[in-house]
Amino acid sequence: MPPKLCALCSKERAILRRPKTGQQICKDCFFYVFETEVHNTITEAKLFKPGDRVAIGASGGKDSTVLAYVMKTLNDRYKYGLELFLLSIDEGITGYRDDSLETVKRNQQQYNLPLKILSYHELYGWTMDRIVEKIGRKNNCTFCGVFRRQALDRGAASLNVDHIVTGHNADDIAETVLMNIMRGDIARLGRCTLICTQGEDTIRRSKPFKYAYEKEIVMYAYFKKLDYFSTECIYSPDAYRGHARMFLKDLEAARPSAIIDIIHSGEAFEVKEEVKQAAKAQRKTLFLSRPTALAKGILERCKRCGYISSNDLCKACVLLEGLERGMPNMSIKEKERSRLEVGYGPSDMRTIPKFELPPVLADAASPQPKGLREN
Amino acid sequence: MTPPTPPENTSSKTLNLKLEFGGGMELLFSNKRSHRVSIPAHVPAPPPPTASASPATDRPDTPRPSDVNYLIHWMKENILTERVELFMEGDTVRPGILVMINDVDWELEGEGEYVLKDGDEVVFISTLHGG
Repeated sequence: MPPKLCALCSKERAILRRPKTGQQICKDCFFYVFETEVHNTITEAKLFKPGDRVAIGASGGKDSTVLAYVMKTLNDRYKYGLELFLLSIDEGITGYRDDSLETVKRNQQQYNLPLKILSYHELYGWTMDRIVEKIGRKNNCTFCGVFRRQALDRGAASLNVDHIVTGHNADDIAETVLMNIMRGDIARLGRCTLICTQGEDTIRRSKPFKYAYEKEIVMYAYFKKLDYFSTECIYSPDAYRGHARMFLKDLEAARPSAIIDIIHSGEAFEVKEEVKQAAKAQRKTLFLSRPTALAKGILERCKRCGYISSNDLCKACVLLEGLERGMPNMSIKEKERSRLEVGYGPSDMRTIPKFELPPVLADAASPQPKGLREN
Repeated sequence: MTPPTPPENTSSKTLNLKLEFGGGMELLFSNKRSHRVSIPAHVPAPPPPTASASPATDRPDTPRPSDVNYLIHWMKENILTERVELFMEGDTVRPGILVMINDVDWELEGEGEYVLKDGDEVVFISTLHGG
């Protein structure tokens, strides 16, 4: 079989077929179109403005490693004027996160970006290894998810950053669309395709790889010889997501555009008003930006640690109290949880340090004119 | 343009290949990222059943040259150390595993039907591990 020529430059030998378009292109054209598409995603969504301080959520895995490299490249090439940081969370999982953090530390050198590592141990007094020792492998992902989200925000706040970018790619988003459909989670279905969201806080999170295929991210890392770490978390992988993922990969093999098509479906979904109202009653906060929700009094601050919360205590404080009291499962059940929230824990109990918004956001947290940065 | 024409070397009995693993695939192959292997240059009889074999070309006296499909089968039998279900699905690699032949996406090379040459380098990269 004679080598095929690049469909774009017609000069060099094609080295890959783009899943999105079916085009066969050469290495240099691939780098160029991949980077340019991410740039277009960023500019069309107006994600940044000059002078922004932005943290890249870095796990040492393929997506965040490529994201750090591409963000740095685009920031230099197109003069975004961003101040970039690497932000890593150390969950305390021996044989997994300790190794991947070594990768992030090398990335810090290679890309010359400041790195902040925040550990569950210093923040909560518990590593995931110890949590799993205590509670087993059944609900450990609940703890890890709640703790990571808050840790990222606290890390961002300590860097005085109000914007975190993450490596979520098109495949991840398509998976999430499928999962939300299968679970009938209308509120999350609407949110999961947004390129920029605000979590339980006022810190923005964006996904510059929203339209980047996993295959191309891995190919990019391979041809650029980027240094990344790849091991599955040793504790209980998300089985439900695993099924969605395999289903998606099978669909992609039959028709590569399936991934972008599913994202489009998620965006185009029209939800009947009465369904929306019902969902809204359940999760009213999901439809509002956090500053708006704070101003309206729907969201308040955790009475113990000051983190943004819709209840007296934030989820992390509830989970931590369960751990500290030796009743970790109590904090997972809704019914029992209300009991926890009434009585504040024993005075000698470990609590999470006080949460302070990053100075750049200090003004945004006070009540502000409606409509500002409404999602 | 000089399309590489592989010398028709039917007399050699084995092909020397370099196999590389990435993205976590190495965990299934003795946790080694790089393997040098020698595989038969022709698919030994009896050949593994092929779905669309046309009887006219499938004469028993002309053995089929080893292709990537055969390599995958050979790897499963000889160097895979665990969990075949993470490597294969049906007769080929599981979806989500990228294959590069001499640094070219195998989708451009006929995928499993690419006929291997001595000295070829084949890379398997899993995309399925968290990022």
